[in-house]
Amino acid sequence: MPKPENFESLTPDQKRQARLDAWINHEGIEFKDPGAENSYRERARLFADVFQMKKPARVPVAIATGFAPFHYAGYSCKDAMYDTDKLGKAMKKFHVDFMPDTAASAGLYVPGQVLELLDYKLYHWPGHGVPENTSYQCAEAEFMKADEYGAYMSDPSDYFIRTYLPRVMGALGPWKELPPFTDLLELPFIPWGMLPFGLPHIQETFKKLMKAGELSLEWAGKVAAIDNDIVTSLGLPVYQGGFSKAPYDVIGDTLRGTRAMMLDTFRRKKEIIEAAERIVPFMVRMPYGAYRWGSSPTVFFPLHKGADSFMSPKVFKELYWPSFKAVMLELIKDGMIPFLFVEGSYNQRLDLITDPDIPAGSTIWYFDKTDMKEVKKHLEGWACFSGNFPSSLLKTGTVDQVKEHCTQLLDDLAGNGGYYMVNGAVLDEMNPENLHAYVETVKSYR
Amino acid sequence: MSQELIDLVVDMREEEAVKLAEKLLDEGVEPLSLLDDCRTALGIIGDRFAAGECFVPELILAGEMLRQIGAMVKPRLAAGGGEEQKKLGRIVFGTVEGDIHDIAKDIVVFMLDINGFEVMDLGVDVPVAKFVEAVKEFKPQVVGLSGFLTLAYDPMKNTVQALVDAGLRDSVKVMIGGGQMDDQVAAYAKADAYGKDAMAAVTLSKGWVGAK
Repeated sequence: MPKPENFESLTPDQKRQARLDAWINHEGIEFKDPGAENSYRERARLFADVFQMKKPARVPVAIATGFAPFHYAGYSCKDAMYDTDKLGKAMKKFHVDFMPDTAASAGLYVPGQVLELLDYKLYHWPGHGVPENTSYQCAEAEFMKADEYGAYMSDPSDYFIRTYLPRVMGALGPWKELPPFTDLLELPFIPWGMLPFGLPHIQETFKKLMKAGELSLEWAGKVAAIDNDIVTSLGLPVYQGGFSKAPYDVIGDTLRGTRAMMLDTFRRKKEIIEAAERIVPFMVRMPYGAYRWGSSPTVFFPLHKGADSFMSPKVFKELYWPSFKAVMLELIKDGMIPFLFVEGSYNQRLDLITDPDIPAGSTIWYFDKTDMKEVKKHLEGWACFSGNFPSSLLKTGTVDQVKEHCTQLLDDLAGNGGYYMVNGAVLDEMNPENLHAYVETVKSYR
Repeated sequence: MSQELIDLVVDMREEEAVKLAEKLLDEGVEPLSLLDDCRTALGIIGDRFAAGECFVPELILAGEMLRQIGAMVKPRLAAGGGEEQKKLGRIVFGTVEGDIHDIAKDIVVFMLDINGFEVMDLGVDVPVAKFVEAVKEFKPQVVGLSGFLTLAYDPMKNTVQALVDAGLRDSVKVMIGGGQMDDQVAAYAKADAYGKDAMAAVTLSKGWVGAK
């Protein structure tokens, strides 16, 4: 199902429908056998129905997968990020054994060698700052200083090249000496602008970048093969498409860090609002990097710094929501589907997020610890919702507890469609019996 | 006591609060009374937090105001002056092995401290043996285990078990908290309780040491 020639003249609803149809009809995928193809279509259809708030033939079930496949296969978290053979084996085994209705991409487990080569500082990863059997974790710092909002806003790309990247990647440290590329105006200026690139320590940064590029390319090829094998042999669609972030989270997660950002909400309110607005077009552009016609049109947003305990509803409305909403509306206009992962809880925000400017059926809301009965009350008929199966139960509960909790959630939430099951937080550890019970209870629920 | 200072801190008016503290000190107000005012203000902020009327950023800014005012007061305290506040009890606190998250832990430690506990903060990614050693040395009534990830479940369980093995479990109450923790995990780790936030940790600890 190729992209319609008149795509640009379609309405947002029609665009979304066309993108979902192309996904269900798997443009560009060749299956290992007809059974897998049918199974893929059926499952993609279940999700597409749910996303559009229809009642699916049965409630689909997903597993938000952290490092669980590696523990399960007897490998370490470090293996996941350093050994693509083990990565492939663990991902395949996990999907074959548990068969959720959607496949998790191996692309989540990025190559440790590349991070090492770049001396990346925003995260610690297995064997590099955290133990080998622990997932990667954010090691926030003030990579952007409090008085640099202005510099960032005046030219975000220049700020990234000459200030942010040299701080967050040790290998690019010398880039702080580079002149701005906007100086390369006319013939007389060219050689002067080139001078720094002749210096050995600057050249070294490019050698490292080229090596990181080669390693990433090699890794990406292997990851694509792993994903393709799972999708085409098991018939599991990948429902998570592109990636973006709420602009406030770009400032809070990437640039300033949680603590500094919280102080900024008192001290630098105006600058936060302006910077968040400045970030909107970048976050609208970002998901298209991973999108091709026929892949899932969902755009995954992990939402962090706007959670209940992190700010008041008033501050959420003023500082977090407007720029975030602007990004969503632009994507919705183009038929893309914002897929919002609410980490922590949004119990105090449910009336705020159900904003009448956001068209019904155009977003997916995935909750971590929000009260799901309240979610249903607020979101039903406006958007698809999912989540809050406690990951703690999959590790520490009994099989009966898991079945009971699944059934309770399904009874409470699934009746009118627009709902699918997924655990609330990415799963690093679990009891395999519990995870089987989780998947099977949902699949057999009618 | 300066009601004005208390109000400014409670209302999150940082600049004015710090300026007023400076002015009061210049006027010769007893330096320790400023710290008492800050503590009073933080008590009110803590209550508001527990009631869901204010949030983590307010706790962090309050801590920041206390830090700034504290730094002004300190040089003006006569050497050896200023009696130690009577402590309610001792707590050993840390983020468990393999987990490097510190923000929530820092807030809980801060609120426990403000509420009258002597807290030994072991930091993040704390090995099981270090908890055991700290309990032996510091003799706390309470041990607090913080963790953000599902991967913290087993280190929490192992830490509690190590206290059992060292014969120390009966001497302490253990509370857990953080991102993916809940009552289910507390039972799994054989902790005494799960606390959902900083004020819950204060309430639990006060209950265990028999303070109001």
